Amino acid sequence: MDYTPHTEADVQAMLAEIGIARVADLFAHLPEDVRLGRALDIAPGLSEPDLRARVAALASRNRAEVLSFVGAGAYAHYIPSAVDALASRSEFATAYTPYQPEVSQGTLQAIFEFQTITSILLGTDLANASMYDGASAAAEAVLMALRLKSGRARDARGGRVLVARSLHPSVRDTIKTYVASMDDVTIAEVGFDGSGRVALDDVAGNGDASGADIACVVVGYPNFFGIVEDLPAIAAWAKERGALLVTVTLEPLALGLLTAPGALGADIAVGEGQGLGLAPSYGGPGVGLFGTRESFLRAMPGRVVGETVDGDGRRGFCLTLSTREQHIRRDKATSNICTNHSLCALAFTVCVSLLGPGGLRDLARLNARKTRYAALQLAATGLSERFSGPTFNECVLRGADVPARWDRLVRRGIVAGLPLGRYYPELEDSLLLCVTDVHRRGDIDRLASEWRAAGGS
Amino acid sequence: MYDEPLLFEIGSPGRRAVALPSDDLPPEVELPAFEPELARPSLEGLPELSELEVVRHFTRLSQWNFSIATNFYPLGSCTMKYNPIVNEWAARLTGHQNVHPMWPDQLTQGALALMFELEQMLAEVSGMDAVTLTPAAGAQGEFVGIKMVRAYHEQNGNPRKTVLIPASAHGTNPASSVLCGYRCVEVPVGGDGLMHIADVEARLDDDVAAVMVTNPNTLGLFERDIRAIADAVHARGGLVYIDGANMNALCGVTRPGDVGADVLHINLHKTFSTPHGGGGPGAGPVCVKKNLAPFLPVPRVLQTDNGFKLSEDAPLSIGRVRTFHGNFGMLVRAYTYMLGLGGDGIARMTERAVLNANYLRRKLEPLLTLAQTAPCMHECVFTDQGLADTGVKTMDVAKRLLDFGFHAPTIYFPLVVSGAMMIEPTESESRETLDAFAGAIARIVAEARKDPELLKTAPHTTRVRRLDETRAARRPVLRWRPAAPVATEPVVALELKEPDPEPALDRS
Repeated sequence: MDYTPHTEADVQAMLAEIGIARVADLFAHLPEDVRLGRALDIAPGLSEPDLRARVAALASRNRAEVLSFVGAGAYAHYIPSAVDALASRSEFATAYTPYQPEVSQGTLQAIFEFQTITSILLGTDLANASMYDGASAAAEAVLMALRLKSGRARDARGGRVLVARSLHPSVRDTIKTYVASMDDVTIAEVGFDGSGRVALDDVAGNGDASGADIACVVVGYPNFFGIVEDLPAIAAWAKERGALLVTVTLEPLALGLLTAPGALGADIAVGEGQGLGLAPSYGGPGVGLFGTRESFLRAMPGRVVGETVDGDGRRGFCLTLSTREQHIRRDKATSNICTNHSLCALAFTVCVSLLGPGGLRDLARLNARKTRYAALQLAATGLSERFSGPTFNECVLRGADVPARWDRLVRRGIVAGLPLGRYYPELEDSLLLCVTDVHRRGDIDRLASEWRAAGGS
Repeated sequence: MYDEPLLFEIGSPGRRAVALPSDDLPPEVELPAFEPELARPSLEGLPELSELEVVRHFTRLSQWNFSIATNFYPLGSCTMKYNPIVNEWAARLTGHQNVHPMWPDQLTQGALALMFELEQMLAEVSGMDAVTLTPAAGAQGEFVGIKMVRAYHEQNGNPRKTVLIPASAHGTNPASSVLCGYRCVEVPVGGDGLMHIADVEARLDDDVAAVMVTNPNTLGLFERDIRAIADAVHARGGLVYIDGANMNALCGVTRPGDVGADVLHINLHKTFSTPHGGGGPGAGPVCVKKNLAPFLPVPRVLQTDNGFKLSEDAPLSIGRVRTFHGNFGMLVRAYTYMLGLGGDGIARMTERAVLNANYLRRKLEPLLTLAQTAPCMHECVFTDQGLADTGVKTMDVAKRLLDFGFHAPTIYFPLVVSGAMMIEPTESESRETLDAFAGAIARIVAEARKDPELLKTAPHTTRVRRLDETRAARRPVLRWRPAAPVATEPVVALELKEPDPEPALDRS
């Protein structure tokens, strides 16, 4: 099955038009010593029914039916049926980047709406057309902060980046990878206290004691432990030192309940949009959210769509401010990013449109309360909350025998959160539990009773 | 054509589209206590609509798009081939969608097996030894690839300073190199559109970390000197990066790994048919030779006696570039596509892509001016030179094509060709469609002679006419706001010295 329309007669007629005899002659100009000269060592093609059987068999080896309480950056929520029906329309899915705006107004208007919704949720003046995911958006935010700090539109020089230890470990790792080639940039980690929040007194590293060399402070909101950081205090701390505040929100639903980071002093607010409209899909694709101040617009990475008018004065939309971008600026661009995650941004936009402000708020409240309920039920099994700070829909629980009980539950088809020892040796006895609207009360009660039983043996 | 307001301009306060999951908790379970400042006061501005309003809104928007499903889309270098529906079915299987990236490996053996097999197929097609599926897009693949080049040289005691890039390259190549701390040195393109060994050698020294070559290049031509260039760069201790954006021209014919590549990225959304989505998500796997394998990003998929596992145990790795393991949904689609085509189908795919490009090139030769006369691979580039006396430019031809129901080619790229029109038909299109496209070009060329104004004011049949892109850039309006704001210039903290953008410069 190869989806090509050519009949043998077509091929012959086309070869004749080109003026060659055989298909192989199309490649006659390639030097002899670069040719493969054999067939590809890949099994022959399959009919559609055989293909479906093969792929379905492979998919069935994933245990999608387990009862999972894992979040940690990828969240399962109710997705209204209309989301996929609309976002999967071929007119959206099989279009390219809207370089010809006259025949791409659908994609362009949807991105403009996405930028608006994202700005509202993040509380920023503006947002771009999206990034790859939360971690790469955070890394781009750090690069942007370094550029702003050094007063250069590109090729930033030097500075200290403070990263909260309570930020998702993969996001911290991604930031490290992105800045690793830059001379004079150091990354220092800021620890957390008993509340699970950033301990600002614990600023490690060997930089300037005044903190004047700090380009930015990067914190999760909520953080990896599900704790809502005291953003106003962190913003004030950063501002005193002339540092920018970068917030990373990996669970977008939290913004239905929490004050927008931009309204609390975040200079660059980024996030992951997957939780609104997209399935976890083994970690991708998601959609990176990226918002910032209007005054930073020209230092911002990524595509943006702007409103304008056509020759007849009608409203229309087009890609704009591309002098920041690689296809115009090449080695002087603000980022190497070329695409956005347009189709995922569309699913996010459709989902938020269906939920509306009331739905978003109520769904967020339900998540927060389900998590409280689970913490209460599990407290009765000997699992206690590790941190005292306020949570959204995740919390860290500790207790006796956590790794062994967790193993036992996996064998019984329950993933009781994420054991934290691998990421935080100091939290070896703890796990990160996520409870959302996909969990019914009975699921949570089952988790509690199975956890209790797992300790009894 | 009907108008469709913004989401924020329709609906009514208090209207709701969906019923939420029921609240089955005891009522006494309370919300956690936040500081009052942290409790959101309002979500004002978000749309309040019925489900029908949402469905009608987005269905209408979709109808304003050209897409592969509705129109021939010969956008050069973007490989706008048919995206099979069965791949969409595969990505939406519960066993693929509802799998969490942080689950223990024993629950995700199907996903890991799929990734492992996809890596193997990509290694076979490219002639490379090891593959990472992690990068989200071609540009992130380039970043990963050049980071590995740097890590390799650092391991040998000196990261080196420069990357050689031909003038015909995509803009992402220099941008990615700079992001990895390198300076770019441009290699001129010869009169025949190719990169010549002598021009490379003249710029080659011990500071060169790598040469970055797109093959076939953006003129649709196979780089004949590629093996000699690779040998010369290797002789000075440098590495060879092949940009595999145009891999659709090569499968089963020649393999970058056999002609000197140390590292290459492949755009799954081009060659392996995952939908472009209006600008993503894509996927940009990176393939390497053994010498670079220790530097691959984490996590890696490993095969063990107890099944597959994800591993982060790679001390020389460049690290992690994203939250999880890759754009898995796109990997499922590409896997399904490759499995369905098989080795024979993949080879036929390339043959027919090149057949279609050469056929269309022959049909258009009498009408437009070819940038290069040598045989092309998967795409061909024309210029507007022959129309100079009419005053009609490439932009006008592109816009007029829209009126005939054809998407425009990539225009004004590559930069080394003045007024370029870069046309890539792909293997999906029938001879009749190619003939119809050639017919439209013939008519447009005739119109240029008879009524050039018709072209300069095109398009005439689309949802909107040509847009004022200068205005969009001068006074950026990047979001809807509730009340009509007083138009003010934004405060610009970091004013770049360069002027505002020229009218749209297309490339992909």
